[in-house]
Amino acid sequence: MKKSKILMIIGSLLLLTLFVLPLWNITLDAPQYPDSLGIDIYITKMQGAHEGDIQNINIMNHYVGMEKLPEKMKEFELFPIVVIVMALLGVIIGFIGKRKLFLAWFVAMAILGSIGMYDFYLWEYKYGHNLDPKAAIQFPGQAYQPPLIGSKTILNFKAHSYPMSGGYMLFAGMFLSLGAFFVAGKEEEKEN
Amino acid sequence: MNLSFKSISIFLLIGLSLAIFSCQQGSNGGALKNSTAEKVFVAPGEHDEFYAFISGGFSGQLAVYGLPSGRLFKVIPVFSVDAEKAWGFNEETKPMLQTSHGFIPWGDSHHPDISQTNGELDGRWVFINENNTPRIARISLETFETDEIIEIPNSAGNHSSSFVTENTEYVVAGTRFSVPVPQRDMPIAEYKGNFKGALSFIKVDPEHGHMNIEFQILMPGFDYDLSHPGRGKSHGWFFFTTYNTEEASTLMEVNASQNDKDFIAAINWKKAEEYMKAGKFKTMPANYAHNVYDEATHSATTTWKKEVRVLDPAELPGLVYFMPTPKSPHGCDVDPSGEYIVGSGKLAAALTVHSFTKMEKAIADKNFEGEAYGIPVLSFDATLAGTVEQPGLGPLHTEFDGKGNAYTTFFISSEVVKWKLGTWEVIDRKPTYYSVGHLMIPGGNSRKPFGKYVVAMNKITKDRYLPTGPEVTQSAQLYDISGEKMELLLDFPTVGEPHYAAGIAADLIKPRSKKFYRLADNNHPYATKSQDETRVERKGKDVHVYMTMIRSHFAPDNIEGIKVGDRVYFHVTNLEQDYDVPHGISMIGANTSELLIMPGQTETFVWEPKQVGVWPFYCTDFCSALHQEMQGYVRVSPKNSKIKLSWSLDGE
Ligand SMILES: [Cu+2]
Repeated sequence: MKKSKILMIIGSLLLLTLFVLPLWNITLDAPQYPDSLGIDIYITKMQGAHEGDIQNINIMNHYVGMEKLPEKMKEFELFPIVVIVMALLGVIIGFIGKRKLFLAWFVAMAILGSIGMYDFYLWEYKYGHNLDPKAAIQFPGQAYQPPLIGSKTILNFKAHSYPMSGGYMLFAGMFLSLGAFFVAGKEEEKEN
Repeated sequence: MNLSFKSISIFLLIGLSLAIFSCQQGSNGGALKNSTAEKVFVAPGEHDEFYAFISGGFSGQLAVYGLPSGRLFKVIPVFSVDAEKAWGFNEETKPMLQTSHGFIPWGDSHHPDISQTNGELDGRWVFINENNTPRIARISLETFETDEIIEIPNSAGNHSSSFVTENTEYVVAGTRFSVPVPQRDMPIAEYKGNFKGALSFIKVDPEHGHMNIEFQILMPGFDYDLSHPGRGKSHGWFFFTTYNTEEASTLMEVNASQNDKDFIAAINWKKAEEYMKAGKFKTMPANYAHNVYDEATHSATTTWKKEVRVLDPAELPGLVYFMPTPKSPHGCDVDPSGEYIVGSGKLAAALTVHSFTKMEKAIADKNFEGEAYGIPVLSFDATLAGTVEQPGLGPLHTEFDGKGNAYTTFFISSEVVKWKLGTWEVIDRKPTYYSVGHLMIPGGNSRKPFGKYVVAMNKITKDRYLPTGPEVTQSAQLYDISGEKMELLLDFPTVGEPHYAAGIAADLIKPRSKKFYRLADNNHPYATKSQDETRVERKGKDVHVYMTMIRSHFAPDNIEGIKVGDRVYFHVTNLEQDYDVPHGISMIGANTSELLIMPGQTETFVWEPKQVGVWPFYCTDFCSALHQEMQGYVRVSPKNSKIKLSWSLDGE
């Protein structure tokens, strides 16, 4: 089998690691939490970085009137379907081996990824701004939105938001599909 | 050498004045040097190298300190009620202090010892004995809580315990006072020949640590003072010091000090196991409590044991031998190799050391100088390994550094003396302040001591600290023993009488220390695992409040419909799943203590309201920014009131 095809198939299959590896992580650092508080975001769920973290983040956030972290989200139903479809599509494209389809798959992934990031931003915005007007502690004008990517100080916490292993696998998969596109170009040149 | 009682008191006077004199010298010297301070300095945020578990003596508890800093971390409630932690006050732990004499709110804790595997400390449990009402407790080193207490029948003054064998096969509990067995009404003057001393061998379940009295050896009516297990070559043996082989019962200080030599009793417990297997035991009726705390239900239960199996050494050859030891020996310490058994004759001028190899040979050669109550007495010279001459006054206890050196405390001359095993020469001596009892080297009762520090535990402190009225603190003192000469690094105050201690490298415990109890694993029959399940139920005069606590509120927070004469059970579950976030609860007028509930735990207290009114309850442990707001009310109405039971959650 051609090298480009193999790259494309492997790249697509890498998406499936998202079913076991976390896509993203938000970590909260404060002096009285020497082990940090953290949320690992999977395509199907949110999970505490340590046992009890979700509850402890909720307890901490309730002072300023934030909502509890959601257990159910429509994204957790939708994302797995998108990932399976794209992985399957990628494998089929890989077998077909058409160079332009490789690129098309990459572009589709990039668009879907951007939509995902935008959706994540919207959720963060709502999570950080939707405050109970009766909250015990209120700082006028203060929002608690975590950074989309990077680090930011929120009151006594330093919040860090970065991709995790699953996220890196996703990028690697996309990178491989792009690689498949260029390799396929070289392969075509040789054949001609 | 025959010392009269009078000459001992003269020694005591000389000893004390010598000690005070040398103290004045000492405080001008080393202890305040910078280099010394650095050796005990543990910078903010850093951890100590060792845990020290120092018994509280008459406080009945066990305190946890760090070494080398001497900082106090926790007092673990064991044999005495503790209002701070509701130990013995809440419904869950009341059974832990149950005995055949009823509920006992106090104990006298003496000798902690850490469990071992292959002769080395494994950091799983600490065992500790209660002297007054004979009991042995097992403390978990995952939770630092007392998990089990077993009462010892046929015993009184459970002093020669609790030491473990090298695979924690047994914990022993030897009686200090001999008593009629079984207990009965008889003239005290007929003590001699009629009283018995029970040495109990308590089997420890290797997986869960659960204790069971496997057998007792019914010994002659001496006083059994201290003990240590054999190890290495002497594994399978246990050694107990005795005093009052005179079997006197009045004016003991004189009448029990008449014999030139008392005994170290050498017990072959492997042989005892053979006799048990062969059915050579007698089953005696007994009545004693076995109290077990279950980590899943967060509750203790008492089981009543009704019999005990006893062995009679007079009828069972090879089970027990006596080694004559001068003079009223107190400490009985076995070196890491298991070869040397040090008997500290507290009234003797020299230290006596027996050899296990020679003991075995003397037994094989039947080199006996007589017998006592059918038990062979080995010839003194045949077992003697050597004596440490003129070491000090009033030798008590010996520990070992694992490098061939022994360290013995001297009560009367207030000092620690380092000497060499085999050559018996004194290498160094350092004063203690004052009247030292036990000393401890981490891992001391094992094949592998951590020979870096020795801690001396003193009975008296006099001028060492700021005065606090007639009673001043007790203290422990830390010496560096890594060099040829000992160096006093630190003295630090302790809780209660620091009777004895056990020490262990922090790394063997720290990683396994529990951070919180999983709510999902909470099987308390009255647990409330979420706020939605909170409720109040009436059953006649009993009212059960199923309450939860979380930063920073109780649910329910207002309760109405309680009447004077009700018994209100507050079953309170801490819903937190975070490290170090306990909550407390207390109720005005409750004739019990607050509760201090760990994350994921359920505890219960009873309140019997006697007065009509609206009475507050609140969180007693500062838990969060809104701790002061963590409160609620109970409305109490007259006996005949028609007000219905109701409660509120979150202001609804
Ligand atoms: Cu609280």
